[in-house]
Amino acid sequence: MNKNTQETKHPSFINRLFQSLSQSLKKGFSRLGKSFQRFYDRFRDGSTGTKVSHLVMGFGNLTRKQYAKGILYLGLQIIFIFFMVSSPVVNSTPFGWKSLGNMITLGTEAGDLFNPTDNSMLMLLFGVVTVGIIAVFIIVYLSNIKSSYATDLRLRKGKEPTTFKEDIASLFDSRFHVLMLTPAMIGVLIFTVLPTIFMILIAFTNFDSDHIPGQHLIDWVGFANFAAVFSGTGEIAVRFVPVLTWTLTWAFFATFTNYIAGILLALLINRKQIKFKKMWRTIFILTIALPQFISLLAMRNLLSLYGPINSALVNMGILEAPIEFLGLATSATTARITILVINLWVGIPYTMLMTSGILMNVPADLYEAAQIDGATRRQAFFNITVPYILFVTAPYLITSFIGNITSFNIIFLLTGGDPVVPGYKAGQTDLLVTWLYSLTIEESDVSIGSVIAIFTFILTATATLISYRRSKSYKEEDAFQ
Amino acid sequence: MIQEKTVKYKSYKASERTATIFSYLTLIIMALIWLYPILWIVLNAFRTEYNNQGDLIGVVVSHYFPKQLGLENFVNLFTKTQFLTWFFNTLFVSSISFVLATMFSLSVAYVMSKLRFKLRKKILNIAIILGLFPGFMSMIAIYYILKALGLTQTLFALILVYSAGAGLGFYVAKGFFDIIPNSLIESARLDGATNSKIFTQIVLPISKPIIIYTALLSFTGPWMDFIFARVILGETNTRLHTVAVGLYYMIYGQRVDSNVFTMFAAGCLLVAVPIVSLFLMMQKYYIEGVTAGAVKG
Repeated sequence: MNKNTQETKHPSFINRLFQSLSQSLKKGFSRLGKSFQRFYDRFRDGSTGTKVSHLVMGFGNLTRKQYAKGILYLGLQIIFIFFMVSSPVVNSTPFGWKSLGNMITLGTEAGDLFNPTDNSMLMLLFGVVTVGIIAVFIIVYLSNIKSSYATDLRLRKGKEPTTFKEDIASLFDSRFHVLMLTPAMIGVLIFTVLPTIFMILIAFTNFDSDHIPGQHLIDWVGFANFAAVFSGTGEIAVRFVPVLTWTLTWAFFATFTNYIAGILLALLINRKQIKFKKMWRTIFILTIALPQFISLLAMRNLLSLYGPINSALVNMGILEAPIEFLGLATSATTARITILVINLWVGIPYTMLMTSGILMNVPADLYEAAQIDGATRRQAFFNITVPYILFVTAPYLITSFIGNITSFNIIFLLTGGDPVVPGYKAGQTDLLVTWLYSLTIEESDVSIGSVIAIFTFILTATATLISYRRSKSYKEEDAFQ
Repeated sequence: MIQEKTVKYKSYKASERTATIFSYLTLIIMALIWLYPILWIVLNAFRTEYNNQGDLIGVVVSHYFPKQLGLENFVNLFTKTQFLTWFFNTLFVSSISFVLATMFSLSVAYVMSKLRFKLRKKILNIAIILGLFPGFMSMIAIYYILKALGLTQTLFALILVYSAGAGLGFYVAKGFFDIIPNSLIESARLDGATNSKIFTQIVLPISKPIIIYTALLSFTGPWMDFIFARVILGETNTRLHTVAVGLYYMIYGQRVDSNVFTMFAAGCLLVAVPIVSLFLMMQKYYIEGVTAGAVKG
């Protein structure tokens, strides 16, 4: 039945996706048109000061005796122009307008004994940074016009221009969000947005183990890396589908085994007859508190050929001789099952914790109503408790599925992707993320790694957006307000 | 008829009792399984067994309980490795980055939850999508950025990496702020309080659970991460390792020495004790955060 509903929903979902896409495109264009219109209107209706501000930033503010603001804008403009024209050189790679050209060529000077090769990656990076600086400057430029025009309007209404003091004070009140968001946004811009854009661009270059920046020149190669990953019989393409399949299989089993087992454990601890509830919970919380590199490396060694688990199993007669469970396991299945079992050890406590919290919040009136209707405890459990838990934790299932797609630690620390497939770099237990890690960090095939990163991102982003847009917290964000 | 009922009642009670016994048994077995690896690390930290030449055996051995206990692993850890340096590196990085990260994440969360402004919904959507791009996918890019800034091979770089992206991790805290009634904020506004006053003097004092939850996660993060620390600080400069990197290389580095496993265990114990106790002390807040985050979805 589930399948049916999915099949019928599928086309309509795609339709809706396209509809919303075309709608947002239309909206975007009309918004762009409107902002150009506004830009023109401000130029037409503004005072002379505002008009000059279009060329000399801060001029409008200066004529209104808003000196601090005016000097700030003017200073920024001078710094920006100086930055663009002088093209400051860092690590023998220029910023500024030169970097814009470099971004297209990615360097032309192959080095010799006396001159270093152009560092293509730094050129690309500096180009991206410069584009970012230009974008920020445009925002500042527009705000300069807006600020001057706002003063025009105030004067027309017979009000005084705002003082610098008032502007600062507004940062703590009406524009408090600007003050609060700016530091965090700068951090995110430099350490998340910039690297992400940079990484996406690298996917279109030939930055790999044969092309090391600073030693060789790197070029744009279009979609060649995408072709190498998604089609053909190349080394990467052949392993891509198996790795993807295992990633999804792993995410599915890891999510559901942990989910079900965790809920069962929570129900068990929550039984009325069980004493010392807090102690039981604490035992399992220990796992969460322990850094994973400790617990997982301990597991790896516990399960090693000469480790205590093997010897115990041999002594009990379950195994004839010690076997390798993880990285060096003879069959991929052994390693995969072992990982899934260890993942239970890692993951059950989380689900247990979460479900315990939810169990305490099951609305009591539901049980009272059931009691009045003469339901037995068993009936109440299966008709109230279980559906309630499933309903409340449904979003968690999706987030944890996505989390498992990108779960790095458990694979990296337990097997490092092994057992190996002879002749290939991706092992039998490699997930997309661990594969991408070894491609970029260990093999320096960064461009191929970027393609896989983009693919993983699209995979998780699609899943999240679908679930997020459907979730209550998005639709009814103001439910509590 | 009455008899029949009592019989039924009795059998019900009996089955109840078996169920309880069965539950306890399951719990005890599970607890043992969960404690088994943890206890093993503790035992290994104190394991001091010697071979015929009188040298310490540090490898993984097949018997679970040590035949001899002692402190030699700890002595070796402090004298033969740079563990203390690693420990203080990590403490330094985590103490600074947790303050920054908590500030970033809480301020974004509050703004997104309680203030209404023009680009709010857009920023919210972008933040959620950006948050999906796993950090270490852009690690190489971050490495280049830090290199261009001349910051690789410094602990400062690590602080930046751990705290700069924290603005995106606002989701759980936003869920917490969402539940604070708007009427509280509106009445403060009517009394003439500015937005900053409302945040610092009204909202923050009642937000202890979420502050502690955020701080706890960002403080323990650097103690657990070894991916970023490994890439940014490199393998060669051992003075700059954090505990996770140092301990990892001890047993899986380029110069693998399988005879240091017990020393590795000793190091793990010294890291685990403070972190685990911190977690257990803050358990209440952690559980609140996890539950809120999950249910919010």
